[in-house]
Amino acid sequence: MSGTEKDAALLEIRGLEVVFDGFRALGGVDLTVERGELRFLIGPNGAGKTTLIDVVTGLTRPAAGSVRFAGTDVAGMREHRIVRLGIGRTFQTSVVFEELSVVENLDLAAGFRRPLPTLLRQRRGVSDTVAAALDTIGLGALADRPAGVLSHGQRQWLEIGMLVAQRPRLLLLDEPVAGMSRDERDRTGELLTEIARDHTVVVVEHDMEFLRRYASQVTVLHEGRVLVEGDVAAVQADPRVQEVYLGRTKKEAA
Amino acid sequence: MSARLRGYALFAGVAALALVVAPLVLPAFRLDELAKYLCFAIAALGIGLAWGQGGMLTLGQGVFFGLGGYAMAMYLKLHDADGDLPDFMVWSGVEKLPALWKPFESPVVAVVAVVAVPVAVATLLGVLVFRQRVRGAYFAILTQALAAAFGILIVGQQALTGGTNGLTNFYDFFGQDPEADSTQRTMYYVTAVVLGVLYLAARQLVKSRFGRLLVAVRDGEDRVRFLGYNPATVKTVTFAVSAGMAGIAGALFVPVVGIISPSLLDVVPSLELVVAVAVGGRYTLAGAILGAVAMNYAKTSFSEQWAGGWLYLEGALFIVVMTLAPKGAIGLYEQARDALARRRAPAAPAVPVGKEAAA
Repeated sequence: MSGTEKDAALLEIRGLEVVFDGFRALGGVDLTVERGELRFLIGPNGAGKTTLIDVVTGLTRPAAGSVRFAGTDVAGMREHRIVRLGIGRTFQTSVVFEELSVVENLDLAAGFRRPLPTLLRQRRGVSDTVAAALDTIGLGALADRPAGVLSHGQRQWLEIGMLVAQRPRLLLLDEPVAGMSRDERDRTGELLTEIARDHTVVVVEHDMEFLRRYASQVTVLHEGRVLVEGDVAAVQADPRVQEVYLGRTKKEAA
Repeated sequence: MSARLRGYALFAGVAALALVVAPLVLPAFRLDELAKYLCFAIAALGIGLAWGQGGMLTLGQGVFFGLGGYAMAMYLKLHDADGDLPDFMVWSGVEKLPALWKPFESPVVAVVAVVAVPVAVATLLGVLVFRQRVRGAYFAILTQALAAAFGILIVGQQALTGGTNGLTNFYDFFGQDPEADSTQRTMYYVTAVVLGVLYLAARQLVKSRFGRLLVAVRDGEDRVRFLGYNPATVKTVTFAVSAGMAGIAGALFVPVVGIISPSLLDVVPSLELVVAVAVGGRYTLAGAILGAVAMNYAKTSFSEQWAGGWLYLEGALFIVVMTLAPKGAIGLYEQARDALARRRAPAAPAVPVGKEAAA
């Protein structure tokens, strides 16, 4: 065990390698996320962004390297144990429980630390945590409707709400605005800004416009490695980034 | 609130029908038949919980039904033998009571074993299987294979289990003559009450947070994992509860029908239970019970007319239900009710009624 909780960064990834059937998805990634950061993770298709958060959340096992969360090595731990340490994530295709109501979805997320026997009791009313999450995502009017009736954007918000209700120390959002309309993107951006105020958040994103509007710190991945790291302006100005990723967008924007 | 009240009224109505009207109206022979259907309904209730709510298609509930049945039957055999060996053991040339049978001389051990043995077996299986993330068709095939193996095991161990004939010819059931009408009537009441109590308990489970979690596991097991729950635990607990119900069903079956044998617990009866649950409507507990009673009633009536034809009809019905009405009879009823409600209030937007999973 190197480093205590206090002096370690919240997330420290060192020399991370992932190999799928001979394909090197990640080839030695180093990444540090400090407490309170809002970090964007970008890169062209196949750069390894999702693979990276898959490793952090236990879905994929690394071939080499370490993932330290607040000083604890989480590489290879089982998924639900990692969640219990305080890492929450969303998926590209949002998965909410369609048969359950919006409140039940949030309540389920909020109650994950309850011991099993207490789950045998019926839910009475709405807990403060759930009410607060419902308020944050703005789905109060749909609280008792089954989540199956929600639109794509609302589902993503519900998922984010479920994360917030778990009070995680680190949130990993995988392409939260993919497939969203312009209005929905704006609302998601506001939601993100609000959440980032008191959470550490890592966002994997594809959408450059969204990035320009809401990102401050950006890490660019390319072919399984970290290409550049810095603030939005610096990253955008970097010729290597332009070459692999932003080149076209920049010309179009000019 | 009114829906809740209506649910209570419906339950009270069915209870009155089962406990007051049926014993008054039905001749003893038919009441005994109904008691048998209710035994199957108890096992079906467990399937409704595991399959309908939890998504675990268990094709081997006969194993747990059998474990409960044999536990009860072994006690009755030893009680009848009164210190000697049970009759079939004598015929098989057994000279000393096998160690497996020894504990079942005690009625307390036997009654505890009715629930404890199926629960223990299901828990062990669940821990091994769900932790490895075996699910869907693989789980179904595994449980089916278990039922086949269990049947073969019992047939093969003639001297220990009574083989193909099973255990039968009981003369004394806790001081009563099991064949007497009064005993049969009592057994009917006991079975009906046990079913009612287990139904209420299962319904409570479904409505609890655990029940919501179970549905979530059914619909998105991986997502549940990322909420910080271990789906394997949720599934194992539910599977064990359903096994316990099947064990109780099997134990009640023995005095009600007077026999437990391999043909009552291997592949075919296990499948028949699942088919009945599907036909009744697997997504509601009431549907599972309804299906078990209706299908077994149909089986009896149909077999009285045309023996051997039932299996074809049952298979056809299963295919029709799974392809055209996957929510079963209860699902069709709900559809009709919603359609009617919409016709009555055409101005209101077509809002699907918030489905109560445990109606």
